[in-house]
Amino acid sequence: MPTIGVNKEEFFEALGQRFTTDEFQALCFDYGIELDEDTEDDPSRPPEEKPQLKIEVPANRSDLLCFEGLARSLNIFRGKQPAPTYRVLDVPEDRMHYITVAKETANVRPFIAGAILRGVKFTEDSYESFIGLQDKLHQNLARQRTLVAIGTHDLNTLQGPFTYEARKPEDIRFRPLNQQKEMDGNELMTHLESGKFLHLLVRWLRKYLHIIRDAPRYPVIYDSKEVVCSLPPIINGDHSKITLNTTDVFIELTATDRTKLEIICNAMVTMFSQYSSEPFTVEPVLIKEADGTRRVTPNLTPVRMEVDVDYINGCCGLNLSPDSLCQLLERMAYTSRPLGSSIEVFVPPTRPDVLHACDVMEDVGIAYGFNKLPRSLSNKSATVGKPLPINKLGDIVRLECAMAGWLEVMSLILCSHDENFAWLNRQDDGTTAVKLANPKTAEYQIVRTSLLPGLLKTVRDNKSVRLPLKIFETSDIVLKDDSLERRARNERHWAVAYCGKTSGFEVVHGLLDRILLMLRVKDYFIQEISDSTFFPGRAAGVYLGKTGGESRRIGEIGVLHPEVLEKFEIKHPVSVLELNLEVFL
Amino acid sequence: MATATSGPSGDLALDILAALSKTDTLSSSADFPNAQFSDLKAALDRLSSRSMISYKQIDQEIPFLEPEGELIAEHGSHEARVFEAVRQALDGLTIVDLDEKEKWISKGKDGKLVASVESIKDVTREQLKTIKTTHAYPDAKVLAELRKRKLVRLQKEISFSIEKGPKFALEIVKEETDLTDEMLANGSWKTAAFKPYNFDALGADQHTGALHPLMKVRQEFRNIFFELGFEEMATDRFVESGFWNFDALVVPQSHPARDLQDTFFISDPKQAAKPHAEDESDKKDYDTYWENVRAVHENGRFGSVGHRYNWQEEEALRLVLRTHTTSVSTAVLHKLAAKRGPDGRPPPARYFSIDRVFRNETVDATHLAEFHQCEGVIADYNLTLGGLMDFMTIFFEKMGIYDLRFKPAYNPYTEPSMEIFSFHKGLNKLVEIGNSGMFRPEMLESMGLPSDMRVYGWGLSLERPTMIKYKISNIRELLGHKVDLNFIEKNPAVRLDKD
Repeated sequence: MPTIGVNKEEFFEALGQRFTTDEFQALCFDYGIELDEDTEDDPSRPPEEKPQLKIEVPANRSDLLCFEGLARSLNIFRGKQPAPTYRVLDVPEDRMHYITVAKETANVRPFIAGAILRGVKFTEDSYESFIGLQDKLHQNLARQRTLVAIGTHDLNTLQGPFTYEARKPEDIRFRPLNQQKEMDGNELMTHLESGKFLHLLVRWLRKYLHIIRDAPRYPVIYDSKEVVCSLPPIINGDHSKITLNTTDVFIELTATDRTKLEIICNAMVTMFSQYSSEPFTVEPVLIKEADGTRRVTPNLTPVRMEVDVDYINGCCGLNLSPDSLCQLLERMAYTSRPLGSSIEVFVPPTRPDVLHACDVMEDVGIAYGFNKLPRSLSNKSATVGKPLPINKLGDIVRLECAMAGWLEVMSLILCSHDENFAWLNRQDDGTTAVKLANPKTAEYQIVRTSLLPGLLKTVRDNKSVRLPLKIFETSDIVLKDDSLERRARNERHWAVAYCGKTSGFEVVHGLLDRILLMLRVKDYFIQEISDSTFFPGRAAGVYLGKTGGESRRIGEIGVLHPEVLEKFEIKHPVSVLELNLEVFL
Repeated sequence: MATATSGPSGDLALDILAALSKTDTLSSSADFPNAQFSDLKAALDRLSSRSMISYKQIDQEIPFLEPEGELIAEHGSHEARVFEAVRQALDGLTIVDLDEKEKWISKGKDGKLVASVESIKDVTREQLKTIKTTHAYPDAKVLAELRKRKLVRLQKEISFSIEKGPKFALEIVKEETDLTDEMLANGSWKTAAFKPYNFDALGADQHTGALHPLMKVRQEFRNIFFELGFEEMATDRFVESGFWNFDALVVPQSHPARDLQDTFFISDPKQAAKPHAEDESDKKDYDTYWENVRAVHENGRFGSVGHRYNWQEEEALRLVLRTHTTSVSTAVLHKLAAKRGPDGRPPPARYFSIDRVFRNETVDATHLAEFHQCEGVIADYNLTLGGLMDFMTIFFEKMGIYDLRFKPAYNPYTEPSMEIFSFHKGLNKLVEIGNSGMFRPEMLESMGLPSDMRVYGWGLSLERPTMIKYKISNIRELLGHKVDLNFIEKNPAVRLDKD
């Protein structure tokens, strides 16, 4: 969940009330956001920094990612302000600023939108919020600029119309934002990669380079004088940069995802059109696509939905009139009116997270107050409880082991490749273990195919415990299985380890006998096998069936090979047993 | 029982009894000065456990002579020895600056020292002699002075004051420590004297087997679910496809949860197959489901406008380690959609699971790459949010958690979504204890569930409430191979409603 920091003093001023921490926390709780921190009494706050409220907002709410949006939404929720009507100014097409799209952009970053905010007066705070919102949008919805990149410019430094092109890196020359000298596309990449720049502001751009680094042509936006506005998704030109004196803001957005482009474009203009000379108005930009089609951006038309009154009341357990529901929706910034047995709802452009009637229904619940909703009985229908058979079987084994004096452990399911294979003197033939593509540490490379690594690591890490150690685990291992949809299956195993001054083979063997007795298994035997995990002559297979007759091997029992002990740093002999429990289902 | 220190009888305990028969009170330091402390204590305990004597321990500081003190006690103080030297030197001595203490010596006419008295009283020597023999001195000031002069040191000494007990006798009757089968057989228990039992001692260590603490909590949770009519879901699929783990749950393919940072992807095996029936009894229509899910993502369906992007089959077929057990619930709900109750519709159902899930987290005190998720699902017709809150109240009261508060939250597959909070008295604040919600209609209708069947879902981790309840600060002390086996053995039974 993103966290937004707002100036406490000014925020409470915008809300028209000085809240106590408890009051403000309660408001946040009811609305579905969370006061993470109030830095007023935080001793680590530098004295020159003003107290901040750090507020966590849900990841789907692009309208709460800045001071302006948070204050606006909370004021509408508290009934202190009506929801604004966001409006695209009526400009004849021939007088619109336009961006002509070159067809080469389709291969690298195919979508573009633009918008203009007129007569804006920035303060230091609102400017910072403006930058902050772009950053939050880039991080979250735009997935680190892969989906959408925003460029904002001082329109008065530029000369429309604009072009959106894709050029070879060496054919693009400009002075990037806050850089001293001009460079071409290749130099820019090398420069940003080199890490030898003064500006910290530029250093973090490095993580975006991969998005276009290897493309034959880089996307670039020019004005009519061949001034580079931006090289998305990396950096803007220095020429058109926004200052506190900027009044007319040109916003261009390029994208690989059309829906996200619209969402982010609308987030930018609905939040900051508040500062337009005529608040909540936006001047449109015409996009002349390469195929000759024309689009006007942004599109701030509310999305119309019809939501069944009975559905809302039914889910919320309410019995409210359509009018009352509309009043509740007003507090969540919707425009709505009764329409027969439904409500006609207009979803504002600030709420792209509303996809379905259920989203509207939830907002009714929030406006009403979740904790005030009438409770109803949850046990509508009688159902029958039932344990999973393999868990029931596992519980029998677990209880019997514990009753026999063994300690249950729960080891990790992920382990290193060595722990599962080499350290057990086992070969990986590539047919058993599921391997991870992107683990953060070498501790987790594969999904275990045996419970032994976990048991042996437990023995290793319990050196101070009095001998003998008698431990067991019943849990799943995973095996590759190409015949299945997920290409792998779990298998419930039971394993035990005995570690003492002597091998304790007979103790482990005794436990095997005991558990199989408890499971009413009579036809089983153990028979010597050759297995490099075990000490020669001290390994046996566990078989179901009669000796000499038809039988099936279900596991192994034996004294571990000293080389195995050494790998797991165990200084005492260890006997182990591991079985597939599923055969007893 | 012979002791190391042999008295006349060779048994210190008998010696004590003998000595005590002649007097009312013994002092161990005076009467048994040579007995080893440990022997003495053992003998006294032996006798006192039989109520033959009673004794008190006395802690004292006893003065002993330092080497210099010993010297003085034997040969006299330095002053006295000088005097003696002066007295014997008839012509006087030439040492210039001798102490004129006690006016034993004075300067003669020629500046030589002469004895002014015939003999002297050497007080220091007398004092030290007294201390040497009695190990005491009546005047504490003198003792302090001698200590300051480093002639005497104080040594801590423990001694015992011993008196007769109610069963005082000169002989120790043999006492049996335990009732044995031999005594039962030969009847000797009737005449034998039994040693009193020490009821203050701990019982014998059981070196018992034990279930894992976390599994005990899990069993409590399972019992709660069974009490409430829930069926346990099969969770034997750690490996899932993106489809079941994300797409079927309406999680868009560009959602951050599908990042390499958060989810373990699998390099081997390479790719899942498209969902299909895996045995002949499975008559579910997987192809329609697949196409419904695609539509919900791409253009919207079942009343949803959709996430409106180009949905990639390849992404849906990527294999992952499941990040939640909701993938299991999804498969089970899909199965439910094909079931028919008496009225020809999918029957109401309650399901739960508690099993391992995996996150590609950086490991720290509160995060492991794997943990247990406890998840419940209720499918029924015309469910309400009030019913969900009512259910959560019942569910958590069984764990001893009261006063729930519900906060609006966001979750890609539930709407409404509610975080469940409870006021924690110890932490003096609201603590999040779980997540809940109603599954999105377009997710359920994609499976073929009727639109008036609503489904509650909620989840919580097994580790977190356990850690809060039992004040465990590091998750590695609870799960994995670093867990202390003594902790497993000694962890009390879990009674969530009582603890």
